[in-house]
Amino acid sequence: MSYAPARPAAPTGTAAASATGLTKVYGSGETRVVALDAVDVAFERGRFTAIMGPSGSGKSTLMHCMAGLDTVSAGSARIGEVELARLGDRELTRLRRDKIGFVFQAFNLLPTLTAYENITLPAAIAGRTHDRAWFERVVHAVGLADRLGHRPAQLSGGQQQRVAVARALASRPEIIFADEPTGNLDSRSGAELLGFLRESVHSLEQTVVMVTHDPVAAAYADRVIFLADGRIVDEVQAPSAEAVLDRMRRFETGERIS
Amino acid sequence: MLRTALRNVLAHKARLIMTALAVMFGVAFVSGTLVFGDTVGGALRGASAKNLDGVAVAVGHEPPAGAETEPGKTRTALDDALAAKIRGLPGAGSVRPSVNGHAALAAKDGKPLGADTPWQNLAANYVSGKDGGDPRYPLARGRGPAAVGELALDAKTAEKAGYRIGDTVRFATTGPTLTKKLVGLVGTDDPRVTAGGTLALFDTATAQRMFVSPGHYDEIVVGARPGTDQTRLAADVRALLPQQGATVSTGAELAREQAAVTEQSTKALTQALLVFAGIALFVGVFIIANTFTMLIAQRTREIALLRAVGASRRQVVRSVLIEAALLGLGASAAGFVLGLGIATALPPLVNSAGAGLPSGPLVISPGTVFAALLVGVVVTVLAAWLPSRKAARIAPVEAMSSVDAPPAVRGLVLRNVLGTLTAALGLLPMGYVATLAKTDEADLLAALFGAGLFMLGLIMLAPLLSRPVVGLAGRVTAAVFGVSGKLAKENALRNPRRTAATASALMIGLCLITGLTVSVNSAQRAVAAEVTAGNAADYRITNSSMDGGLPTDTLAKVEQAPGVATAAPLASAPLEIGSGFGIVNGAGIKSLAPVTDLHFTRGSLGAIGPGELAVSQEFAKSAGLAVGDTAKGRIGSSFAPGGAEPVTFKVVGIYEPNRTVGDALGTLTDVLPHATGKKLDTVLIKATSADRDLTSGLRTALDNSPLLKVQDRDQIIAAESGDVDTVLNMMYGLLGMSVLIAVLGVINTLAMSVFERTREIGMLRAIGLDRAGVRRMVRLESIVICAFGAVLGIGSGVFLAWLNSGVAGGNLDAYETVLPWLRLTVFAVLALAIGLLAAIWPARRAARLNVLAAINAQ
Repeated sequence: MSYAPARPAAPTGTAAASATGLTKVYGSGETRVVALDAVDVAFERGRFTAIMGPSGSGKSTLMHCMAGLDTVSAGSARIGEVELARLGDRELTRLRRDKIGFVFQAFNLLPTLTAYENITLPAAIAGRTHDRAWFERVVHAVGLADRLGHRPAQLSGGQQQRVAVARALASRPEIIFADEPTGNLDSRSGAELLGFLRESVHSLEQTVVMVTHDPVAAAYADRVIFLADGRIVDEVQAPSAEAVLDRMRRFETGERIS
Repeated sequence: MLRTALRNVLAHKARLIMTALAVMFGVAFVSGTLVFGDTVGGALRGASAKNLDGVAVAVGHEPPAGAETEPGKTRTALDDALAAKIRGLPGAGSVRPSVNGHAALAAKDGKPLGADTPWQNLAANYVSGKDGGDPRYPLARGRGPAAVGELALDAKTAEKAGYRIGDTVRFATTGPTLTKKLVGLVGTDDPRVTAGGTLALFDTATAQRMFVSPGHYDEIVVGARPGTDQTRLAADVRALLPQQGATVSTGAELAREQAAVTEQSTKALTQALLVFAGIALFVGVFIIANTFTMLIAQRTREIALLRAVGASRRQVVRSVLIEAALLGLGASAAGFVLGLGIATALPPLVNSAGAGLPSGPLVISPGTVFAALLVGVVVTVLAAWLPSRKAARIAPVEAMSSVDAPPAVRGLVLRNVLGTLTAALGLLPMGYVATLAKTDEADLLAALFGAGLFMLGLIMLAPLLSRPVVGLAGRVTAAVFGVSGKLAKENALRNPRRTAATASALMIGLCLITGLTVSVNSAQRAVAAEVTAGNAADYRITNSSMDGGLPTDTLAKVEQAPGVATAAPLASAPLEIGSGFGIVNGAGIKSLAPVTDLHFTRGSLGAIGPGELAVSQEFAKSAGLAVGDTAKGRIGSSFAPGGAEPVTFKVVGIYEPNRTVGDALGTLTDVLPHATGKKLDTVLIKATSADRDLTSGLRTALDNSPLLKVQDRDQIIAAESGDVDTVLNMMYGLLGMSVLIAVLGVINTLAMSVFERTREIGMLRAIGLDRAGVRRMVRLESIVICAFGAVLGIGSGVFLAWLNSGVAGGNLDAYETVLPWLRLTVFAVLALAIGLLAAIWPARRAARLNVLAAINAQ
């Protein structure tokens, strides 16, 4: 268990996504809030990264900016080699469709569509037929083979989130962003889902970035990045839940690493 | 609870706007109609009061039975001696002896002028008063007619005809065409003239010669000296009158009579308009109900909280209903103001169609204000009543649930059963009426009631029907537009009740429009078929004046006209044989064959000779006649001086129903002496070639008399079928209001959908649906809903028109339901266009949603 120094990871060619000097400011004047303060970060391919930090630390904002859901105030955010700030709405949308997978905390699925239709929705939007073999692998990996004809209302919360993960995986994206994916699940379903996420990273060679405030969830990741006041303050490789929890406690006691 | 309700109304301004507009338009229609009715009534009363100004007593002419009534020979009881006697009465002020008649004017270019209805083409005597003018017809230009060769016209008539003072005006009363010099232009408020008629004035002696007889009048209007009682004066005047031939009324009596007539006519108009306003309001009900259902669903937790802290069910319901009442009140007030605009705009609009309504100030009675507000509030509250019951069922515990529980899916079983029963119940009276050979007013009402019930049942069944219809439409959109089309279908199917209610609103207007179009179109065709079947003539010549009839020399003149192959004269007279009563036509038997298609079942056309008769199948049946019978009966008008005369005919033929020939057919020589004025009714022309237009040639051959009506084939058909196109267009306009409100409903539903699905839309945008895709999705949902409404509306309209063809066809034998495909296609395309139009704003809102904000929306 080693605490790596809080040094920014240099953007490399192997990064699925990276940011340099990424700054996000809300409001102006008296109400000005700096959500992200010149963040440099890279998410390497084939790894499962967790972003942690207390409320208001900017972890969700970081994810939104990296995923092209929010605009940046300064600095750059890239998916692969693509600079997001240069893209218009239409190109961003296409990028999200083709290169990025999303798993939200809740409300991931269209209630009118079956699990199968939800999983293949991005392909349908793109007007493509999905990769049959890959689809089979994904569906088996998340254990949904016998649930494909069900609508979301007929699935449990955990199953719904697994469908969401399968949808994110189905288009074989450059990177998957998961925003508190276990936030609405009980601990068992949550553990199951995180297991699937880690499994997909390792056996399906995917890249996952997950925002969470749950140390147990973060412990499933290969690497945990800690955010506070819009800055990356620490990083843990191959974390255990205890190590993460311990690190988080130090935020609460006010101890800071500068 | 009032405060809660008020806060809710204010908090949901944007979401209530379409609902408020729907109520507003409905109320505007109602109040506009009421104010319009009052205004027109007031203006008509004003006009008649002006007409009767200074009339204390009016003496009228009442011909005794059997007296000579031919113009120029009518010796009335009203003569100069009587006028002088009345003038001598102590109470009498002005005494104006009048002559009234009708004159058909020719325009400067020779064509007949004025209304097709001859009673609107007035003629009268000009009575110069002390100052040389006639107070009844104020001079605008020139002077009053004073000699035999002079006449005056009302200014508008002259303008239409293109005449100026000094011009020679051609006109006819009954006989030959006359010419007189135009010396003056006058004004008049007479509604018969302002509504498209004409007015010609002559000096008294000329008018008497033309319309009554020298020295006689048909009316004497008496003014009272100040301080004289009308009733006393009327009694004094009555004492001067002979026993027979004259009537006396006081000005007050006349005013009462005219007021009653005015009230009746405006009431009928107002009631007809109110029916359409009611339909528009009924359509609005669906929108109000949809909105409140949604508001309550969204407010579930809030209401549950209210319940948890101690509000009773009744209080919750009351809060919702108060909210509805406030909305209704506000929208109704705005609607009333809009209604004033409608009432202001309507008279010029109606007048441009030739109604000739007098102008007057807007009449706003307190009753109208009250009725408009009451109607708006009551409709809104009633429409919100069912949704409010759902609010009452919300349990307090739902406030505690942290998850958005999907609303419990309530079964449609009860609704489907009730809907099926209602629709079936509606089919019963319609089915019964459809089996009847002849229908009367009561059957029509029964069929209408049945149609209403059927529609109600269909509205109830709409959620059930939405699945297959929307599913099918969705399959098309999905195939063409891919995932947006598929999502649109799924969204439209998600809330079948709401989709059904939205489509039902559109259905009602479309059903009525379609039903009317199909029925009218079918009837028009049937009339055309009957006219064409019975009539092989290329032209028809008739007399358009009140007395009608063509002099017998018409025939000889027409036969000389170029291009005429055959001219067939027809004269008619009433004929009574046994229990059969009908019209017998006398014809030149030889000339008749080329101009009519007569199909004899017994005997033949050529077999009819003097003293012989062929009858139609129907008349044969009602009179109990067969070929070979000797029929004794009476011929001629019972009002004619001699009354109907006994006659004996031998029946030599029976023919199939024929419009040209009517109930019975004899020779011209047998019938002409019994015809009114011993004149011909009609001359039918067969042209030598169809290519040449004979109209002007025929007119010239007949001295171009403005009394004559020369119609070609198409004009004959148009005249027989009536001016249905105008009526149909008016109906379209009136039903357009319902469709407009239905469009608001579609916008409302889409806006609700977008609002409710904000997070879904955010998610779709996040995973890669672009703005165009979102827009397309909303648009297609709208189109799918409208397509459903179109299928229901056009389908039910066609079905009802077909089922009620017995009522719609009236007594047209040739009636069969014919679908005007072009129009139906136009309706369907319009419905889809409405869908596209209604989606503009909601689709734009949906596409503009910020992805992050949408995902995180509550």
